This record gives sequence, structure tokens and C-alpha cells, in this order.
Amino acid sequence: MSAAAIACDPTRLRVRVSGAVQGVGFRPYVYGLAKRYGLVGFVVNDPEGVTIEVEGNWAAEFVAALRLEAPPLARIDEICVHQTAALGTKDFSVTTSQAGRLSTRIVADAATCEQCLSELFDPENRHYLYPFISCSHCGPRYTIAERLPYDRRNTVMKAFSLCAACAADYADPASRRFHAEAIACPTCGPRLSHGINAIVAAIAGGQIVAVKGLGGYQLLCDARNQRAVQRLRSRKQRPQKPFAVMVGSIAQVNEIAEANGPELALLESSARPIILLPTRNDLAPALAPGLSRVGVMLPLAPLHHLIFHELRSTAAWLAGPGPVIVATSANPSGEPLLIDNAQARRRLEGIADLIVTHDREILTRADDSVMSVVAGRPQFIRRARGYVPEPTRLARSVPTVLAVGGALKSTVTITRGNEAFVSQHIGDLDTAEGLRAFEETIRHLTSTLDVEPVVIAHDLHPNMASTRFAEASGRTLIAVQHHHAHAAAAIAEHGHAGPALALVLDGHGFGCDGGNWGGELLLCEGSRFRRIGHLAPLQMPGGDRAAREPWRMASAVLHRLGRGNEIGPRFAAQRQAERVPALLDRQGGATTTSAGRLFDAAAALLGVASLQSYEGEAAMKFEALVRRTAILEAGWTIERGVLSLRPLFSRLIADDLDAADGAGLFHGTFAAACIDWVTHAARRTGVSTIVLSGGCFLNAVLAEEIDRGCRSAGLTPLVPRQLPPNDGGLSLGQAWIAALRITNSRQP
Amino acid sequence: LSHGSGGRAMAQLISGIFHQAFGNEWLARCNDQSAFDVAAGRMVMTTDGYVVSPLFFPGGNIGSLAVHGTINDVVMAGARPLYLSASFIIEEGFRFSDLRTIAQSMGAAARGAGVYIITGDTKVVERGKADGLFISTTGIGVLADGLDLSADKARIGDRVLVSGSLGDHGVAIMSTRQHAALRIEIVSDSASLHNLVAVMMAVGGSGIRVMRDPTRGGLAAALNEIAHQSGLGFRLQEAAIPVKPAVAATCELLGLDPIHVANEGKLVAIVAPHTADAVLAAMKTHPLGCDAADIGEAVADDHKFVQMATSFGGGRIVDWLSGEQLPRIC
Ligand SMILES: [Fe+3]
Ligand SMILES: [Mg+2]
Ligand SMILES: [Zn+2]
Ligand SMILES: [Zn+2]
Repeated sequence: MSAAAIACDPTRLRVRVSGAVQGVGFRPYVYGLAKRYGLVGFVVNDPEGVTIEVEGNWAAEFVAALRLEAPPLARIDEICVHQTAALGTKDFSVTTSQAGRLSTRIVADAATCEQCLSELFDPENRHYLYPFISCSHCGPRYTIAERLPYDRRNTVMKAFSLCAACAADYADPASRRFHAEAIACPTCGPRLSHGINAIVAAIAGGQIVAVKGLGGYQLLCDARNQRAVQRLRSRKQRPQKPFAVMVGSIAQVNEIAEANGPELALLESSARPIILLPTRNDLAPALAPGLSRVGVMLPLAPLHHLIFHELRSTAAWLAGPGPVIVATSANPSGEPLLIDNAQARRRLEGIADLIVTHDREILTRADDSVMSVVAGRPQFIRRARGYVPEPTRLARSVPTVLAVGGALKSTVTITRGNEAFVSQHIGDLDTAEGLRAFEETIRHLTSTLDVEPVVIAHDLHPNMASTRFAEASGRTLIAVQHHHAHAAAAIAEHGHAGPALALVLDGHGFGCDGGNWGGELLLCEGSRFRRIGHLAPLQMPGGDRAAREPWRMASAVLHRLGRGNEIGPRFAAQRQAERVPALLDRQGGATTTSAGRLFDAAAALLGVASLQSYEGEAAMKFEALVRRTAILEAGWTIERGVLSLRPLFSRLIADDLDAADGAGLFHGTFAAACIDWVTHAARRTGVSTIVLSGGCFLNAVLAEEIDRGCRSAGLTPLVPRQLPPNDGGLSLGQAWIAALRITNSRQP
Repeated sequence: LSHGSGGRAMAQLISGIFHQAFGNEWLARCNDQSAFDVAAGRMVMTTDGYVVSPLFFPGGNIGSLAVHGTINDVVMAGARPLYLSASFIIEEGFRFSDLRTIAQSMGAAARGAGVYIITGDTKVVERGKADGLFISTTGIGVLADGLDLSADKARIGDRVLVSGSLGDHGVAIMSTRQHAALRIEIVSDSASLHNLVAVMMAVGGSGIRVMRDPTRGGLAAALNEIAHQSGLGFRLQEAAIPVKPAVAATCELLGLDPIHVANEGKLVAIVAPHTADAVLAAMKTHPLGCDAADIGEAVADDHKFVQMATSFGGGRIVDWLSGEQLPRIC
């Protein structure tokens, strides 16, 4: 029933609100709104969300206003209204939660809100300079919750009993802290191990400081101090991989980087992700070597605000530009974020000069989310803090499935009804800590969703730790091909029904034929797919070693072009360069159709990077060189669905091309070839929806060109928006395919 | 060799080869079985099939490999090997001269270890039904009183010892199989470990909890097996693991990790900490143990992970692989 159709007096309205409406200050908001409209009745949390009953002259207006003024972290999915008989209640009350089946949810962690921020720096306020200030509009949620319902007793805050003042706030329906589960004050709440001045002195003195943040430990140091940054690099054994920086305010962002409207909006959003922005000055060389963009974020926890507040008052900063701090996750390379105090002290001893901790436990780790804005729209690179556990809406209700993702940058997904809950970025599963984090994440997600998945979807690869986990579970298994999962993730997120073409440009996935796939053109329909095209296979001398050492892929290209004799001289610095030609000469070596490895090959051929110290290094540095793209006419061939870039590579290895021109030519031609490829396929199949996914779509130049080209060819691109296009999205695609297969098999 | 036709003459020719090569009193009696006296104590028995390709490789052939492999499986229990049986599936067209060479190296390998091949069988199958030659061997040995080596005996803090450089056999096989042009000059480590084990047992006794020969799947597979049987984890120091420079270089070229590559003359022993140093010193006095090393320890781990220690107390998981080392980096 619509609000307008509701007659007023003397009836009573029963209003059911579903969505993310618990733990976000919704009940005090309803209380305030009801009071304003002079209504009586009550509001209560229930398993589906919130139930409100109101009586009074302005009940209909009240319902109409519900959505408009909802608190910042609330998300209303649906409002249902029923008329009942008036009861003549005297007052409006807020009732405590009812127990029952749990189908409501926990919301994501949120950055300190404006009101808390002004209290933080208000000497009169009892939360003055208190690093754990929060309210129902901000603060930790997902990272501190053990189970549903989201009540203080089910969070780590149960360890702190409220003082009289906090208890009063907690019980006062008119307060911003009414039933705000994480509230605390200097009298009753968690404490920091060090004073802010000690932290700031260390940072200003060029030291490396580990602080316990919202979703895990972070390492901080002065980003303008090259020696501090270098020390952090050598201690973390991270010679090249970019570091993100934090600046004190939105106004300062422009001192170091260029940010447009959508980028600034994302930076300031309550999720406070890291945004990749074009760098403006000399900060870059040490922070993001060889790259043109740097990750920037704003303070998100009270502790960060206090650090910047104190830094700004430190003499050294007063003269020059505002402070910029390196803020990177405090984990030894390749391992999950540290969250446990004892473990952090042990593991960070050799990395940080000062370890700042506190006694509010982190139950669930959440890395900083990383995003960029591509073609004016937000694009995830890593989805974690501030976004989990927000669900992805599915086109329909599906059976409960657990999908365990891939091996690197992994996430897991659990479906419940018509929602898919994709976990935070877990990381790589090749360390013991990584695998433990993976298992913990599954356990925590299962318990906070109160479901028991009977089917596990996993990658087709036999040697992935996630596959092993699935096999050991004893549940029913559904294997999903890697690139099919990449495509399905986008299809699921967009609720697309009917057939779709999928251009998956990726690094590597185990193919249905046991081969190494990675540059695939798939025709997807329902739970099935057909591989209608792929990139021309290229040898990958040394398997995974060729993924870490781009010069090997470059060698494969040279060999293919009949110029194997150039391998030795070109890559003289590489120990194995003399022997690789013989390896390439033999029959039956492994080949790959990977798109990512082609970028590696091109980057190495143009002298951008022969080896990589982090995943994607060569391709990222290659992309950073592009000034403008160009298309090499007849730079590719398409034969029976197989796209070959052989002519482009022939041009690329000519001596007269500098790296920047080569980068522009490669990106432009590769994009044009892909557009040609999918346009052909679209014409042949009559399918005009085209999924663009796979790790290569993190390359903004490539992504923008292909997206634009598809549109002007009259095709409809489907691009992953709610998840990254890389392996972070795999689990959603696996879950969707598995759910469809179960549904199909149940039908007669 | 031909199949079917020729009957008796053929069979006699073949058995002649083996009698000559294995030459012992039991075979000479030409019975379908052999009787022997049983020593006091517990017996150990093992069986294994050999389907290696190629049949000849630097450092040995399928015959010596079958004898060494079966003896090693017996001695990994801490036992003294006594007798072997051997069964041959031969593809039609197989060369007599090759069969003779293989039989002779089996005889030599057995004599070298003081064991006798006392019974056997041969079958010739049609072309295409076998890849040249398959050998199946069974071994029997005797175990000294009170010895009971078993994976569930491993304890937290036990040391992990390996008897020498890893990956030699697997790389030697690769050198012939598909990478001839790479001119890999590695010789298989195929050898019988009975003497080395005798030396170790004399020093370590019951302090030696478990021994394994890390054959197919390499050290990684062997340690994962022990981890699963013992309920413990293992933490290894990568730098301590002996690998010959030529093996390391070839593995680097091919993108392989030597700890997943097969060995045929190496053992891994889980040894109580108090006796580990003495056992290691004893191993080093033996030619087959001169490169022996202490590479890590058993640790408490409910996940039974085998981990390679990394900096700052971290660890990379050394998984077992089903099949070959496939690419994984996306
Ligand atoms: Fe992928
Ligand atoms: Mg065996
Ligand atoms: Zn707040
Ligand atoms: Zn308080």
C-alpha cells in the first residue's frame, strides 16, 4: 500500500522496514521522527529488520518521510505498510530486540562521522581526544561482531561495561548513541597503549609506527621522508610495490594528486577506501615507483584524526605543505593483515620501531578497500573494509551455496535467499596464515549469516588450496571453470538473464581441456558456457616462473617470431636466458592463451620490466607509460575465433619504437583487436550483451577503450561494479553458476 | 621379443636371461616358488610397480631402479632386506639386448645390497599393451627386535634430516625425456640405502621415529604424508635443504621446485632431538649421506601444514600436488 493511499485517523499503521536498518541508529531516528509528527506507538528490531506501529494524525506523512531522512548508514530495501485498529497507546516507545531466526545483517564499518569528529576536538565534551569515540552513525561494526543479532553482548565490546554516562546515552532514545553497540568513553572504554604525542614524535622522527586500526594493524611513516619510506620498503621486503598514503583532509588531497568530483566523493564516503589518483608531485618515486598513480585515503578512525591533528601542530610541518603519511597494511609480504595483539608484537618486531596497540579486539580482519574511478564510475580493485558485508542482490532466490574462490587475492561467497555475501579480500592462500584466515572467514560468514551451505563451488584447478578445502569438506562439490566464474560474477551482479558474450582478459585459469587459459571469448547462457574464441597460444617457458619473469614471455614471443637468437643478447642479465631458446625449441612444452602474459611480454620487450617483484608490476608500469593510444592497422588476425597479435609484436620489437610509444601502440591495438573480435562474435551469435571481466580490466586504459569501443559498435558492455574484475570476484561467479546448476537439476 | 608364437623356445630364452643375471641357488631349482628360512624377529614386506619412462637414464635403468626402490621401501622400516621377487610385463618387440642389460643391472643391484631375487615371472603382451617394459617387485626383510618405525611416533620438536641433495632423479629423467637439447648433466641418485640406514640405526636406535624415501612427489609429498599420519606440522628452512647447483639451475629454468621432484636414493628421517646430531654425523660418514642435512623440525599444527619458513616468522605452505606442477598465478 502506498503512503498516499493511507487514510489517517483513527487507524494505526504497522510499518515493516527491511534492509540494513539495525545497528545504524534507525530506532532513535524513528523515535525522533515519530515525536516530531506527534505520533504514539513503538519501534522494535525484528529478524527481518524493523517493525514500527504508529497512531496519530500525521502517520501517513511519517511513513512518507521514513526514507528521506534515514541515518547515513541505513539502507532501506523495502517498506511495507498495513492498517490495523487503533489501540489508543499513550506514548511512543523503543522496544528491545526480539530473539528469533536471524535473517537480518551486520553493516559495514564506517569512518568517524562529522558529529563525533566535532565532539572529539571539543574540550567540553567527555569524549574529548578519545580515540574510540563512535556513535550509531560511525565506528566499527563488522570487524567486532561475533554473531547476530548485532547487540553489544555479541560483539567484542562486551568486555567493557558501560559507565553511568555511557549507559544513559545508550538507553536514551533521543541520543545518537542509543543502542550504539560500540560506544565507549575514556572512563569505561578501550585504551590506547601510547599517547598520541609519542606516535607523532616517532612519525616526525622518521620512524615506522604500527598502529592497530579499524580492520587490522597498519604501518605508518612520514611519506615525505624518503629514508623512512626506504626503510619501510627494506624491512617489509617490498622493493617496488606501491604504498598508499593518508592525508589529513580533503583539501590536502590536491596537494599531492589530481582528484575529480566522483573521486573526492568516494574519498569522503563513510567507507573511506583508498583511491588511485594521478600523482601531482615528487612524492611518487619512492611511494609508487614507475607508476603514474598513487593510492590516497583520508583518516577513517578517530586515531587517524588525532594523529593528523597533532602532526599539524608539530613545528616541522607548520612551514611546509600538510603532512602526508604512508599507510600500509602491517603484514609480512603476502600474508593476511595482522589483527591479534600478541601476534602483531611478535611479527612486527623487526618491521616497526613503535607498535601501538589497544584492548579492543578485532574479530574479523578487513584490509583497506582500494578503488579507482574509470570512465566516471567507481571500480573496485580490492573490496574489504567499509563494504563488507554488504550483499550483492541476485536476480532471484537461490539455494545456499558456499563458493571458495581461487588461490590469490581470494574471497569467499555465501548465498542466502536472493543475496550473495562476498567476503572481504582475504589474500593469497599459499601461507599458513592465509589459509587460516580463509577458514576463519568462512566460519565467521556462515555464523553471521546463520546458514549451513550444503554445496561448495570451487575452481577447476586441482592444486588450489581452496579446491583442497572443498574436497576435504565432504559436501557436494561443483567445479566452475575460472574464466566462466569471472564472467558469471558480472552476470550475477547485473542480474542479467539470457545469453551473454564474455571477453575475459585474465592472467591464468585452469581450462576445461587441462590447458592454461587466460584470454577467452565465451558464450554464456544459464549455468553453461562455450569457449568460442581464445588468444593464440604462446609458450610459457617455466610455468608460473614465466608469470613472475616477464622476460620469459618476451622470449616466447621472440621465438615465435623466428628471432630466438635475440633472446640471449636482449636478456643477458637473466641467468637462464642462454638456455631458454632450447627450452622453447622442444615440442610439447606448456602454452597459454593468457592476456596478462601478453602484457608482460610487451612490457619486457620494450624494456619496462624483465622481472616483477609484485603481481601485475610489469603491466602496471607499462600502462603508466601510455600518453596516448594508437592503433596499428592490420596489427592482428582473427581466424576461427583465435585472436593473434603477431603483427603487433613484430612492430613492437623494431628498434625505432620508444617504450612510451610502444605502450600506446600496444594498448590501442590490443583494445581495437578485442573490439573487432567481440564484434565479429556478436554478429555471428546474435548476442549483443558483452561481459568485460578478468584481471586485465584493472588496466584503466584498456578498460576504457574496450568499453567505449563496444558501445560505439552497438554492444552493451557488462562491467563488474560491486566487485573487482580480478580474482576477488571469482567466488561470486562460482556461487551463481553453482546455484543455477542446483536449481536446474531440481527441475523435472 | 614376440608374443604368442614360439612358445617354449621363447620362454626358455627369457628365463635364461634372468637365471644368468640373478644367478642364485633358489632360481636354479626352477620351481614356481622358493622356500627360505625365516630369521627370528618380525618380517617386513613391500611391493611396488615400476613404469618409468625412459627405461634407461643417466645413473641407471628401470631394473636397478626397481631393485633399489623395493629395497629402500624395506629398509625405511629399519629392516635388513633379504629377498626379492620380480615380475615382468614385456611389450612385444622389446629388444633382447635391452632386456639382458636391465636384468644384469637388477642382478648387480641385488648383489650389491646382499639380497637375492628368488622368484619371478614374465609375460609378453601384444604391441601397444605395455610401454616397453613394466617391472613389479616385492621385497622381504627382517626387523630387529623392539624396532617399530612409524609416522605416528613423530613428536613435536623432532628434527627433519635428509640424506642428501634433492631432485637428482627427477631432473635426470627429464634430461632424457623431453629436454635433450638442454644438455642437463645430472645423474640419477638411484641407490640402495640399506647400509646408510644400518649406520643410522646403530647410532639412533629408537630415536629414529620415521623414515621415508621421498620418491614420486619428492620431499613435499613425503613430509605431507608423515604430517597427516602423525598429526603434526613441519617447519623447514629453505636454505638448509641441499640441492645440487645443476639441479637448482634446471629447476629454475623449468619453473619447478626441487622439493616436489623425485628422488630414488635419498631418505628423510624424523629423529628425536637428543639424538639428531649424532645421527646426522653418522650419516655424513657414509658415502650416500655425505650431503645429509638437518632441514627443519616437527611442530604442533592442527592443520598439519608443511611450511617453509619465511622472514618475520611466517611460512609458505609446501603442499603436495596431484600430478605435475601446474601454473597457478592469475
Ligand atoms: Fe583470474
Ligand atoms: Mg614404494
Ligand atoms: Zn559518530
Ligand atoms: Zn563511558
